[in-house]
Amino acid sequence: MNFKKSLMTLAVGSLLASSTLYAETAYVSNEKDDTISIIDLDTMAVTDTIEVGERPRGIILSKDYSKLYICASDSDTVQVMDLATNSIIKELPSGEDPEQFALHPNNRHLYVSNEDDALVTIVDTETSEVLAQIDVGVEPEGMAVSPDGTMAVNTSETTNMVHWIDTEKHELVDNTLVDQRPRHVEFSKDSKLLWASAEIGATVSVIDTATRQIIKKITFEIKGVHKDKVQPVGVKLSDDGRYAFVALGPANHVAVVNAKTYEVEDYILVGRRVWHMTFHEDQGLLLATNGISGDVSVIDVNKMKAIKTIKVGRYPWGVVVKP
Amino acid sequence: MFINNHRKNAIAITLTALLGSSHAYSEVEVNISYLQQEIDYGPVLSNILPEPEDAGFQGARLAIKDSNTTGRFLKHKYQLQDFTSADPQALIDKAKAQYEAGIRYFVVNTDAQTLGKFTDALGKEALIFNAGSSADELRLHTCDANLFHTIPSRAMLTDALAQWLKAKRLQKIFMITGATPDDKAFSRAFKRSSKRFGLSIVKEKDWSFDTDLRRTAQSEMPLFTQHRDYDVVFVADERGDFGEYVLYNTWLPRPVVGTQGLTPVAWHRVVEQYGAAQLQSRFEKNTKRWMNSKDYSAWAAVRSVAEAVTRTQTNDAETNKAYIKSDKFQLAGFKGRKLDFRSWNGQLRQTIPLVHPRSLVSMSPQDGFLHPTNELDTLGFDRKETDCTDTNK
Repeated sequence: MNFKKSLMTLAVGSLLASSTLYAETAYVSNEKDDTISIIDLDTMAVTDTIEVGERPRGIILSKDYSKLYICASDSDTVQVMDLATNSIIKELPSGEDPEQFALHPNNRHLYVSNEDDALVTIVDTETSEVLAQIDVGVEPEGMAVSPDGTMAVNTSETTNMVHWIDTEKHELVDNTLVDQRPRHVEFSKDSKLLWASAEIGATVSVIDTATRQIIKKITFEIKGVHKDKVQPVGVKLSDDGRYAFVALGPANHVAVVNAKTYEVEDYILVGRRVWHMTFHEDQGLLLATNGISGDVSVIDVNKMKAIKTIKVGRYPWGVVVKP
Repeated sequence: MFINNHRKNAIAITLTALLGSSHAYSEVEVNISYLQQEIDYGPVLSNILPEPEDAGFQGARLAIKDSNTTGRFLKHKYQLQDFTSADPQALIDKAKAQYEAGIRYFVVNTDAQTLGKFTDALGKEALIFNAGSSADELRLHTCDANLFHTIPSRAMLTDALAQWLKAKRLQKIFMITGATPDDKAFSRAFKRSSKRFGLSIVKEKDWSFDTDLRRTAQSEMPLFTQHRDYDVVFVADERGDFGEYVLYNTWLPRPVVGTQGLTPVAWHRVVEQYGAAQLQSRFEKNTKRWMNSKDYSAWAAVRSVAEAVTRTQTNDAETNKAYIKSDKFQLAGFKGRKLDFRSWNGQLRQTIPLVHPRSLVSMSPQDGFLHPTNELDTLGFDRKETDCTDTNK
């Protein structure tokens, strides 16, 4: 009951604060349903399910929130969904089996990891032109572009490296060896640090962007969960620099890491096989996709607790929020 | 078209970038030998879907390819030298010559008897990976410090199956054993597993018929499996002689498990979780066929060597042997857990998929089967069951 009340307050609060009439909307890719679930974050309910290409995994929003980019892995394409009409308006050449991608701050260059081909493809989203393809390690997965726009990084799951790509020259400049099966990378807001999760290594490495050396390796331990089931995947840093949230896969928990001391402060119980996460606009809520339970956990960041579970499609993978 | 052009440019750029990399790596060349024994299992009744002849080799080849992609960034180069023969002595001679020529890493896909000869024939520096024989004796009594097993033992397979049966409360077993020594070994392993997990074998029968079951399974098999009650039929028929004909032909309508029906395996096409889908599609792209347990075992062997070299930055056999045996070693094997080797007998710990031809049914260890140090050690021989210790010769 209490929670319902606070939700109402939240909803009312966000309505008052919002300059538009639209509520915040979450988009979730369902890997095994070939669909995107659309969630209204005021009512916390799925309002629509859109059919997209095969095996949708990574999804991101354009910087102006007008478009959703979707890695349709088995269709070997990146689809562009217009968010005014919720329809696919374009397909970008992505290289084979696109899994994750990142959009450069210029809102134009898309960096796509091609999992089957050990490549990173850079696509111009306006002209649909492939600007470059860069050879990286086996099974490229995680992609990120630094907020200052100078550096793109990719992780290769079987090669176990973080590959550093110069965004101006479109070339590989360095490699950092990390633990087994690096899945996801996330830059700090000031571009100085890179957080990289290693699913099988069960660690998150914090890497100094200037030297490209690991400065800290974070490990996790949850009571009652075998250490081998602790498999970090998604990482999300709060804008205020206080927290890093780490989704721990089959451990069914999200770790709360102090982003300054690198101490793990808490573990939040969520659904089964939690992978990727996103904040809603004021970062009071964190959404996490649970692949096996087929739902999204809504975490209250102040309480550090999951307050709601929203059923979506089969094997939800990525999640983004449009303010 | 323009993708290709760009790709070429990109490669040129990548190479220069590597040279300019801020991390200095020295060049390391790693030669790995793959030796395969052609084994004639004799004529079988169920010869409709034969096993591929290059099972094992293609796994090793893919692992070399994967490792070279990684190696490119570290200046590490992996090469595979493969040799296949039906004659065990020819394989031993080849291995000896290769050892003398400086090769230290051997992936061996042979039967247990031939494998046993390798440890004596090769010098102490050799690392020998058994990727072909599931023989339990090799895990119980052969404790050579330079012998590793990437293929699961029969005991691991039958433990995986028995845990599932126990979890499903399918406890009364009707057991059928084929005529070959391998079949008998598989049944022995299953008997041990039944005892371990509290199943009861209510009837044991040996298969000795020599009719063509493709024609007569419907009339022969019901009579053969006639018994007052059982929950499940266990079949030990490793080469696939008669086992396929047990399904749907039993006296009582019961599931079939073992070498046919629900089968414990190291690997199968239906395994696709934990990133396995990517490994499967890489394999299929290269070979135009599905990856099987032998392929996986050879893949894991080569990847284990490469994983060690990646971390130690050397091809020195002793250094890498020590690394593989250390608790730092971990192999990402697409099986939901990190994999490593048991310190007492060199067996690769791994989850065991239970499959039928078109789907994954379960993965063992099953929930609730606990172990004081590692749940994966509820599968196969634990430390105290073997003659081996951590400080092997």
